Amino acid sequence: MSIADSTETTMEPDADEIARQRRKRVETFGKWLLPAVVLVLMLVIWDRIVVWNEIPHYILPGPGLVFETLIKDWAMLFEALLVTVQITLMALAVAVIGGVGLAVLFTQSRLVEMSFYPYAVILQVTPIVAIAPLIFIYVDSRIAGLLLCAWLVAFFPVLSNTTLGLNSADHNLRDLFRIYGASRWQTLRFLQLPSALPYFLGGLRIAGGLSLIGAVVAEYVAGTGGLKSGLAFRILEAGYRLNIPRMFAALILIAGTGVIIFAGLSFLSHMLLRKWHESALKRDH
Amino acid sequence: MTAPERPHATRPELLRLDRVGKTFNGDVVALRGMSLQVREGDFISLLGPSGCGKSTALRLISDLMHPSEGRITWAGPQETGDLGVVFQEPTLMPWATVAQNVWLPFRLRGKSYASVRDDVLEALKLVGLEKFQNSYPRELSGGMKMRVSIARAMVTRPRLILMDEPFAALDEITRFKLNNDLLTLKEAIGCTVIFVTHSVFESVFLSDRIVVMAARPGRVITELQVDAAYPRPESFRTSAEYAAYTRQATDALHEAMGEVA
Repeated sequence: MSIADSTETTMEPDADEIARQRRKRVETFGKWLLPAVVLVLMLVIWDRIVVWNEIPHYILPGPGLVFETLIKDWAMLFEALLVTVQITLMALAVAVIGGVGLAVLFTQSRLVEMSFYPYAVILQVTPIVAIAPLIFIYVDSRIAGLLLCAWLVAFFPVLSNTTLGLNSADHNLRDLFRIYGASRWQTLRFLQLPSALPYFLGGLRIAGGLSLIGAVVAEYVAGTGGLKSGLAFRILEAGYRLNIPRMFAALILIAGTGVIIFAGLSFLSHMLLRKWHESALKRDH
Repeated sequence: MTAPERPHATRPELLRLDRVGKTFNGDVVALRGMSLQVREGDFISLLGPSGCGKSTALRLISDLMHPSEGRITWAGPQETGDLGVVFQEPTLMPWATVAQNVWLPFRLRGKSYASVRDDVLEALKLVGLEKFQNSYPRELSGGMKMRVSIARAMVTRPRLILMDEPFAALDEITRFKLNNDLLTLKEAIGCTVIFVTHSVFESVFLSDRIVVMAARPGRVITELQVDAAYPRPESFRTSAEYAAYTRQATDALHEAMGEVA
């Protein structure tokens, strides 16, 4: 009873406590405020450079003009954005299926892993811009070509992280599963897959950004072939016409998409791990 | 004074090790010529320094390894679930709740949670954690995690529980408490225990037989009887009888380590 009481009494906060609360305030405040201040500063400097040097808009448009273009061309840019996002998400989905599938196959059979892992690495280290033109020669469907390119870039982090995760299950737990006569499937389902989840989610966050990069790069290479055009093609097209404000507007949309994908996957990761994983632990001291 | 009763000598045999040895990589002898007769209801401690093969012995008994020589014979057919294991670490699945962790041995035998819910809760009650069934391991203290691990090992009511230095990483106050509770538990479910430890005090307090082992190569030096009757209260720890057994075990251990007592 005395223990419970002593923690309940309101004591004067000591120096550590005051410092801790101050750090916490700075942390929550600064996390949003500081980047916002930097953004406003950069926009002001950009604007002043353009105005004071009287730079023409076909060389460097001011932030105001870029914003106007974003609104004016919204219908066209948004349509292009949807195309790019569609390719990106499909590539990410295929990367997850392919990456996790291969990882499971690798951990189930050492022979399969030894046979194919080197080629997974080779595919990963060869720059996608170098492979993409070939892909579009042999693949008729433009959509399939785009997907293949984006997938090639995105699947490796999922594969390598998930493989690492599947192999990092606690050794004593593995022994325990053996003692209890667990089947391969049970060990995979109840031990290896949950152990791999945090690793997989880390790989997924990287793959999210990479599949966007893959989609954009592939679009540059593929150009447009009757199909609806994505943001990358809009950037190319605007470049040919020296429509620099539209290039900036499209660029902002691509960057924004990347941020949203990353934030979404981080949120997913947090929700899946918050109950048990160290990475989601909140520490107050 | 009458001679102490020795009920263990009359109990049926559960398991027998006949000159069992294990050699790694062709030349590292982890264990040599270990013979041991385990009877139902025994509490046997394997006591010895690091490298004496006590953990190897447990791995051989649990069939995680095959002996290089000798044989291990079980009385009657062996089924999965006849064996419970507690490791030095609690070895819980961090993504699963306490109840789900204890459910594991049943789950791996294809039993739904609903069908064994009562057994799981009963096991948690025996280790005093029934209120924590929905907690995650990271929310528990070291001692509580170890209790969950013990509950998991005994939830199937196995014939034999193997414990590999389960309390070595705990503080002494928690360890004493868990020692007492382990004896109570063993009485409650009537299982057999083989307990690996490097603590003389722990082995004397818990067991009715102490197998003293030596290292390089791992081997059995001697076997001591602790004839003090169960249940053993906390006061046993300070009794003259306890001190005498401790002395005996310490001397044997020194001999095992090649020193003069």
